[in-house]
Formats: sequence, C-alpha cells, structure tokens
Amino acid sequence: MSNVSLTQAIPMLLKAVPRSRNFEAVLLFWVAGIHAFALAQIQLAVSQRMSWDMLYYWAPPTISAWILHYVLRKYVLNADGLLLPLAFLLNGLGIAMIYRLDLAEITRGGEDLFAERQVWLSCFAMLMAAIVVRLVRNPLVLRRFPYLAGAAAVVLLLLPAAPVIGRTFNGATLWIAIGDLSFQPGEIAKILLAIFFAGYLVSRKGPLSEIGSRVLGMRIPRAKDLGPILLFWVASMAVLVIQRDLGTSILYFGLFLVMIYTATGRGFYVGIGLVMMVTGALVASRLFGYVGARFDSWLAPFATENYTAPGGSYQLVQGLFGMAHGDVIGAGLGSGFPQLIPLAESDFIFAALGEELGLAGVFAILAIYLLIVYRGLRIANTHQDDFSKLLALGFSFVLGLQVFIVAGGVMGLLPLTGLTTPFLAAGGSALLANWSIIALLLVLSDSSLRRVKE
Amino acid sequence: MNRQVRRVGLALTVMFIALFAIASSIQVVRTESLYQDSRNVRASYETYKTQRGSILVGQTEVVTSDAVNDQYRFLRKYDSVLYSAVAGYFSIFTGSSGIERSMNSLLAGQSSAQFFEQINALLDGTPVTGAAVELSLDPAVQRAAWDALGGRKGAVVALDPTTGRILAMVSKPTFDANLMSGHEYEPVNQAYRDYLEDPDKPLVNRAIGGDLYPPGSVFKLIVAAAALESGRYSTTTTFENLDRYRLPGTTTTIQNSSGNSCGDGVLVTLEQALVRSCNIPFAMLAVDLGQDRIRAMAELMGFGDEIAIPLSVTPSVYPTDLELSQLALTGFGQFDVRVSPLQIAMSTAAIANQGVIMKPQLIDQVVASNLNVLSQPEPQVFSSPMSRETAALLTRMMVDSVGYGAATNAAIPQVAVAGKTGTAENGPDDPYTLWFTGFAPAESPQVVVTVVVEDGGGIGQNGTGNQIAAPIAKAVMKAALNR
Repeated sequence: MSNVSLTQAIPMLLKAVPRSRNFEAVLLFWVAGIHAFALAQIQLAVSQRMSWDMLYYWAPPTISAWILHYVLRKYVLNADGLLLPLAFLLNGLGIAMIYRLDLAEITRGGEDLFAERQVWLSCFAMLMAAIVVRLVRNPLVLRRFPYLAGAAAVVLLLLPAAPVIGRTFNGATLWIAIGDLSFQPGEIAKILLAIFFAGYLVSRKGPLSEIGSRVLGMRIPRAKDLGPILLFWVASMAVLVIQRDLGTSILYFGLFLVMIYTATGRGFYVGIGLVMMVTGALVASRLFGYVGARFDSWLAPFATENYTAPGGSYQLVQGLFGMAHGDVIGAGLGSGFPQLIPLAESDFIFAALGEELGLAGVFAILAIYLLIVYRGLRIANTHQDDFSKLLALGFSFVLGLQVFIVAGGVMGLLPLTGLTTPFLAAGGSALLANWSIIALLLVLSDSSLRRVKE
Repeated sequence: MNRQVRRVGLALTVMFIALFAIASSIQVVRTESLYQDSRNVRASYETYKTQRGSILVGQTEVVTSDAVNDQYRFLRKYDSVLYSAVAGYFSIFTGSSGIERSMNSLLAGQSSAQFFEQINALLDGTPVTGAAVELSLDPAVQRAAWDALGGRKGAVVALDPTTGRILAMVSKPTFDANLMSGHEYEPVNQAYRDYLEDPDKPLVNRAIGGDLYPPGSVFKLIVAAAALESGRYSTTTTFENLDRYRLPGTTTTIQNSSGNSCGDGVLVTLEQALVRSCNIPFAMLAVDLGQDRIRAMAELMGFGDEIAIPLSVTPSVYPTDLELSQLALTGFGQFDVRVSPLQIAMSTAAIANQGVIMKPQLIDQVVASNLNVLSQPEPQVFSSPMSRETAALLTRMMVDSVGYGAATNAAIPQVAVAGKTGTAENGPDDPYTLWFTGFAPAESPQVVVTVVVEDGGGIGQNGTGNQIAAPIAKAVMKAALNR
C-alpha cells in the first residue's frame, strides 16, 4: 500500500472494512464496560445492592472474548474489526437479561435458572469460534466438500424426528436429547447448508443462469435446471412436515433462494420461489392443525379463543404487553416485569429486552444486527472469490432473515415460529452456530484482503 | 455478483425497516391501549414501586409499608387482626379487599388528587408516596367490641348517630392480612386458598356483606316505625292477645317466643308488643299495615341501596310480591327479609338521631405525604325516614325494653339504654341468629351499637338475643361512653 497516493488511498480505505485489531480491542473494552454496567444496574434495581455475583456473569465471557481476540490477532490479523465486538455485545446483553430473569425466578421461589448455563455455553461457543478460525484459515478448503456438507445438513435436520433421541417441545420437533444434554441440530445445519449451496452453485452457475425459452416475455430456464429448486422446495416442505416448524422451513428455503439468485442473477428464481413458499405455507396451514393455529393466533392475537387456547396467543400478547410497558425509553433493566412472559429467557427474550430497554433499546439491538449483516454483505461485496462471496452472503442473509422471522414473530408482524434470537436467547446450539458463523465471516474477511496483498 | 449482493442488502434493509416500524407502533402508538387491556397485570404491578400510604386508627398507624430488599421494595404490615375486617388485605398475587381496595388509588399515590405530587416526583426523580388514610374507628371501642364478641361468630357495629362516624366494626372469624401481603407466591396463595375454602368465610366482613342475616325481632322497630308514621296507629293501638295465630290462607300457626299470649289481658297494645317483643301482634300489624308501607320505610332507611362507606355494603332486602302469610312473617323479621348489621345500625340511628340517618362513614381524613388534606368527608344526611315524634316514641319503648322487657341484659347503671333484641330462626333445627341493637344514653345518644351472633352463640336453639348479644352491646356502649 506504500506506493498508493493519498487520493487513491481514501476511496480504498472507505471501501475496505476496518481491519485493525487495535480498533477491535478498544471496542471490546467498551462492550465489557457496557456488560458490567448492565449487570450492576440489574442488581441495584432488583435487590438495591451490588454483589460480587456479577463477576461470575461478567468475567468468563469477557475472558473468552479476549481469547478469541488474541486468536484473531495471531491467525487472521486483517479480519473485520467490528464483528466480534458487535456479536459479543449482543451475547452479553442476553446473559444480563437471562440473569435478570433468574433473579425474578429466585424471588418467586422457582428453580428454572438459565444464566449460569448461558455463561458457560457462551464461553464454549466463543472458544469454538477461536478453534474454527484456527482450523479454517483458508475458507476455500470448505469448497472441497459441498456434497458432504449437504448430506450432513440433511442428516442433522432429520435427527429430531429420529426415535429415542428426538424431542418435541411446544409442538415443534427441533431438538435431540441424549441424557440431560439437548441440542437443536437445525442451527448447525444452516451453516452446512450455506457451505453446500455455495459450493454447488459456484460449480453449476453457468447452466443455471442460461436463458431457456421465452414465454410471454419471461425467460424460463430449461426444465432440467428447475430440478434443484423443485427438489429443495420439496425438502423444505418435508422439514415443515417433519419438524412441524414454519420458521425453520422458511429460513432454509429463503437461504436457498437468495443464494441461487446471487449466483445466477436470475430474479425469476426468487419470484417463483416466493410463490411456491407462500402456496406451501397456505396449504400447510389448511392441512396441519399446528400451522393453522399459529396463523389464527397471528391474525387475531387478542381474540379470547386464541388467547386462552393451549399454545395460543397468550405468550405473544404477554410479550406485546411487556413491550408496550417499555414505551420509548424502557422500564430500565431490572425494573420491568419480563418474568410475566412465558419463555422470556429464550423465545421471547426480544420482548423482555423491549420491555426493559424500550423502543430505544429495540432500535439499538436491531441496528446491531443490521450492522453485523452489513459487515457480512460488505465482505461478500469486496471478496474476489465467487465461492467466498456466496458463502459470506449466505451467512449474512441467514442471520438477517432469522432475526426478521424471530423479531417479526414476537412483535406480531409474522406468525410465531420456533427459531431462536441469535446471540441473545438462552440455548447452546444457537450460540455455537452463530459464533461459528461469526468465525467464518472473520476468516472470509481476512482472506479477502490477503488476496489483494498477494 | 455484486449487483445481487447489493439487492439482497436492500431486501434485508427493507425487512429491518418493517421491524423498526412495527416496534414503533407497539411501543409508541399502541402503548396506551395495550397498557389498559384488562389481561395486562403490569398496571397493578407498577403500584408496588411506590411506598403505599399507612392506615391510621386514632393517630396510630395500624397498617404500614416497610422498605425491604426485594423487587417489590415495600412489605405491607398489619399490626393487629382487630382491624382486618375494615382494613382488608393487599396482596401482590391475590388482589385486595377492605379499605386497601376501596381507597387504593389514594393509598397508592395514583389518584388525580395527587397530580401535583406526581409531577414533582417526575421532576426530582423520587417516587410518589401514597396518602395516609385515617379511619373513624375508636381504638378503645373497637377493642371492647373485639373482646366482647370473644370466640363467637358474628359482627359488631358501633357508630355515632349524630355524625355517621363508625366507631367500631368487628367481624369474626377474621384473617391475618400479613399472611397474604408476603412476596412469595406459594405461601400467600396457600393462605388465601385456606381462607377461601374455610366454611366460616373469614375473608367476609359480616358487618356489611356476605350472605346477610334474617333480622328477627329487631325488624319490629322498622315495622313499628312504618305503623306510627302511617298515622293509623299509636303506641296504644291494641291487638287481640292470642297465644296462637293462624297465618292467613294457611293452616300453619305461629306462637310468641314465650309460647304464651303477650302478657295478661284480652288485648295488647303496640307498646307492650314491642317492649315484650311478641310475634303475634306484629304479624297482625304487618297484615293490617300492608307490605308497601313496610317496604317504603325499609327503603327510606337504606334497604336496596348500594351504600359505600367507602367499603361497599351489600344491600339489605325486603322481599316483594308477598302473600298475606308471608307478609305476616315479615312483621317479626322472618321469611325472606335479609339485613346487614350496618343496615340495622342505620335504622337504629334514625331512632337515636330524632328521625334522621347520617350517612355512615369510615374515613376521617386522607392526608398526602406532604401533609395536604386530600379528602375529609363531612357528616352528611342519608335520609329522614321518620318524624321526631315517632323517633321519641320508639326510643321510649326501647328504653322500657331494656328496663323491664326483652332486652334487660343491656342495662348500664346510671345510664338510660335503649335497645331491642332479636332471635331469628334459620330453619326448624338450625341454630338461631341472635341480635341486639340499641343506643345510649337515650336522652342524648352518643353511640348506636348493633350486635349479631351466628349459630346461636354456640348453644343452638337455647340462646336468645338478650342472653348472648345484649351483654356484648353493653360492653361496647360502656367503652364508647367512657371515651
């Protein structure tokens, strides 16, 4: 870069992502400060005094984040500097809210506590992210096994329906359990699916984007090129039927559509895909009672028959009450009543945060997600390698779409589904998957510049 | 591919804008309607953050909110079960009752009268403190009523007939409100359930609510007042003095409680019938007088009214569309006549206060935390059901009743006590409901006392109002006169 003139360097700097690890370190200090502040505020609001307990919820994740930072410094020095602090900010905010709900649970005399578990799961997920960074320093290695990744994804998706280890919870078959350990394999499957799609589409990009016959002025691809989209539509519907969860089905199909669109540049795929998805969802709502009930609760959450129905809109309405109570500036951490919302620590943590942090907090959280998504898209935009481009796009999109489905569901914009709120919700598999996505995005951003240098 | 990447970015941006929009709609536009939804308990939870005002009796705090170290911040404490029936309970989990319920917005600092305090609180960041409610109860009278009623089931009401201020209100069995003000759900819910399922209904304030009672002979005061007010009768109007009376249109006969005729003689006067509390003359009087006049008098005295003192009082009932046989039974407070002890106290107060009932009131004043008086109910006329003369005649008969008639156990040396007993039947084999209502001193009444004892005071059909209820009233009157 030394022989680039100043006028040339400015646009390059603007286009390039900030890759400074020092920048990341400064942000990590800030984020750790925010977490400490949040925990202190919760303790003061709930019990009017601070205790050393908060160190337990603050120190291990902070240390893990710094270990990840150290690994990045060592192996992917030029990786994006915003991704780790932003994801860590959300992760710590989630721990703080879960800790706050635990305090309410203890006051109530209950024993369903989640914060301690979440702390160690977060540490585990961040350390796994460090290992991913260390192992996958060159993302192109992922291109070698697209079909293996695809097959592994299918197996993971089918596992919850398997006998003995499969578990159904709240009507959705999304879990497997061995002993006391439960796991949501669909979360890991989304990474494998993105790797599979990227590998497959890069190799088949040509034929898929070729123009077929023209019908009524529309370019229709040849029938054999429609095969994959039909196949995957059937697969998504199968997921909907087997796992009984609309959210997961939409998430995978949406990921597929966006990646095939990006690879081929054919808007046709998106158009026909959306029509197929909506048709499939409407048919499913007629055929399957559980999907129909979700639709009823979504359309009329305040109707008494939906509110009182088992698995009806009670949770959604309680979440809306909480968010409304939060108003613009929020009740303050520890000063609202998020414990009134069922599953506030997992499925409805967005509403719990909305109650205590208000519209300001909701905007901030959504903005952080959007920023992570934008960083990922920027990596896709600047990367020279098509496979890496597709992969970065797939990861960013699946994260953004998941936030949209979850937050939209909690706020009544979409029917409620069984997806988890990335980084915030209690649950190990989601943390592991989302931190792995961050790790892979970091690796991708690093490799993008390495090429420029070479 | 970069064009597609940018378009995907645009699509995601649109999705997030939709999220921003729906969040704004929930947290700005729809906040009020969501907050007001009856299924949203947050509005009531919000009240726990302010220090609730105290409830005072005679300048002493009997209910307070003490700071504690948990999320509800203040724990409601009740000093004595003496005041449970009036003060009620305040629970995070199971609602509230009594003064805690009817004065809630002032106690919680949320009434419109506390508007400026709320603004101040908003400006300097300190939470609003609720207003203190000072009750009209007199600790000595309340204590006397509590002790005199002892372990019996029933209620005592004492009030000042010239102002309507309630001096004592006891209902037994009662409850310990501390068990329900706790901050842990399980024990609170358990205590509440135990009280609810208790067949003796300790949560009910029997003085003003619950299932009401048959009044028995104390209702004769109202029938006599209606008769005298009609102008067709005087204290010397006579009735045939029978020892058995066949109810009109039936073959059923009734007797006086003595089983004999009402004293000697072929005829008996209205005065003697009331003093001796004879049923047959009053049955004949009711039939002769007609149900409309009796009902009109009862309604003037408050029957059928929703009275708030500010606790809401269950309206007393005089039945409608009576057949003659039923009308005869209502003449001595049987059949479907149902009353609250407070209603009987109000009827008695009309006699004590020269024919005028003052509206009963439990609140002396409500004082904000900045010592502003927010509310101070003035004595208020409730109704004037009878003339001064009628009141004087009834007073004389009631004094005689205590002097030598059916209510002798209420007599206090050197004080003219006016009184009337009642022994109401609940069913062929059920224990009696025992009554006394009266006032003292008869010449310038300072206190009206009404006592009801359930289950025959524990001795089935052997007890009478004079035997069980009159001594309780006597103790309460003595305490009130010694104030």
